[in-house]
Amino acid sequence: MPVNKEREIIRVEGLSFQYGSIPVLEEVTFSVSQGDFVAILGPNGSGKTTLVKLILGLFRPAKGRVLLMEKPVEEFTAWSKIGYVPQKATHIDPLYPASAREVVAMALLSGRFAAGRWKKEEDRAVSLALERVGMIAFRNRPIGSLSGGQQQRVFIARAIVNAPELLFLDEPTAGVDAATQGLFYEMLHELNEEQRITIILVTHDIGIVNKHVTKVACLNQRLVFHGSHADFCQSEAFKTMLASGHLVSHTH
Amino acid sequence: MDAFFSYGFFQRALLAGLFVAIACAILGLFLILRRDAMIGHGLAHVTFGGVALGLFLNVLPLGAALAVAILASLAIMKLKEKAGLHGDTAIGIFSSVGMALGIVLATLAGRFNADLLSYLFGDILAIDVLEVGLSTVLAAVVVVVILANYRKLMYLTFDREAAKASGVKTAHLDVLLAVLTSVTVVLGMKVVGILLVAALLVIPAGAGLLLAASFKQALLFSSLVASLSVVLGLLAAFQLDLPASATVVLTSFLLFGVFFLLRRKKIS
Repeated sequence: MPVNKEREIIRVEGLSFQYGSIPVLEEVTFSVSQGDFVAILGPNGSGKTTLVKLILGLFRPAKGRVLLMEKPVEEFTAWSKIGYVPQKATHIDPLYPASAREVVAMALLSGRFAAGRWKKEEDRAVSLALERVGMIAFRNRPIGSLSGGQQQRVFIARAIVNAPELLFLDEPTAGVDAATQGLFYEMLHELNEEQRITIILVTHDIGIVNKHVTKVACLNQRLVFHGSHADFCQSEAFKTMLASGHLVSHTH
Repeated sequence: MDAFFSYGFFQRALLAGLFVAIACAILGLFLILRRDAMIGHGLAHVTFGGVALGLFLNVLPLGAALAVAILASLAIMKLKEKAGLHGDTAIGIFSSVGMALGIVLATLAGRFNADLLSYLFGDILAIDVLEVGLSTVLAAVVVVVILANYRKLMYLTFDREAAKASGVKTAHLDVLLAVLTSVTVVLGMKVVGILLVAALLVIPAGAGLLLAASFKQALLFSSLVASLSVVLGLLAAFQLDLPASATVVLTSFLLFGVFFLLRRKKIS
């Protein structure tokens, strides 16, 4: 594997986690460098979402540690440098009275009253984020009145409104049609290439992302593969998962 | 009708009522959106225990009620977290235990009388100057604290995990909401009484939610319904010689009905 001279933006060491007595992750170790586009792959229940939540400090590990931007996650405070799009938000209340722009603005936690000059700056940041995901025309629509794919784009706008360095997306295209998915991954590619945003994408679908992903971490409680996308396609892990029907392939 | 507004007690009731009702409406919005609409109802019953404790210990009933309500709301929160209970189960337990303790304490204190009943049914028109001042200031503090944290509270109630990952101190906000709810319930008790305070937390906010296309609109509509309920409810109480607590609540329900019809019109 080539030595990457870029800054290590995430480092996970010997991470284990269990729900009650059920082990979910065991001894997971890997790292992500700035500018990487990493796909975390694995079947349902393989611990993908748990891993992301551990990295974000939402759960505490049973064993091991997480370094975020070279700081232990418990001491990490620069959360505005991180964007997070949680798993297809089934827990989102469709009756919640928030317009698309209000949803995006939620992540602007400057702590100031948004008034005067600050309000203008905030409005600009929100509009920019909505433009980037192609949702500016829907800015005043209640979030519940948008389609699943449109909502997802609004959540991505919220995740990028602070111009983050690191973006986590958990199954972002679940329930989104194939055409929209294509556009969606193009957009992620742009964010990764042009804005140099490091992207961590959780998915069970390797086929659709293969053009853009630079690294793959393959999970099944343990890390069964970690390396470049090209190496992954040649690996035993890939063949095993494909054969067992765990991965949906769109290779044309 | 102008004559009413010139009466001192009417002015006091109006002032305190408006502030408290608006605080209830704005806070109620966050409680409903957190699927915690019944917390007000539960805490109000606990508050009865607090009032009785105050009477028993011969200290200011409002103060005792406030302390008991804050403790109970934090306990409900902890019970939910630690015991893995659904929120409404914890509320059900605390509200009935609070009520039962209240009955025991009030009986022991020999104060199971009209005085206690005024806490159950509210008596805004009998509110004195000190209480008006206290209620108005506390309600204003509740509103300011909510508005100062409004975006974080919105994020918390909309998408807790994403909020946490954005650096929102969700545990702190939970405590803040619990304390604000306790204060608001005790204030609401002075306006409409223990048995009806939940209405102030739920009905105006519920009405606002019927028509709101944004959070700002929800805040605005809820406050509007709360204010109109107090003004029209007090006037009705006066005109019809009925208890103000009931007329305020019924007015808010009428307004809820109007908003409901407007929503149906908007949808069709």
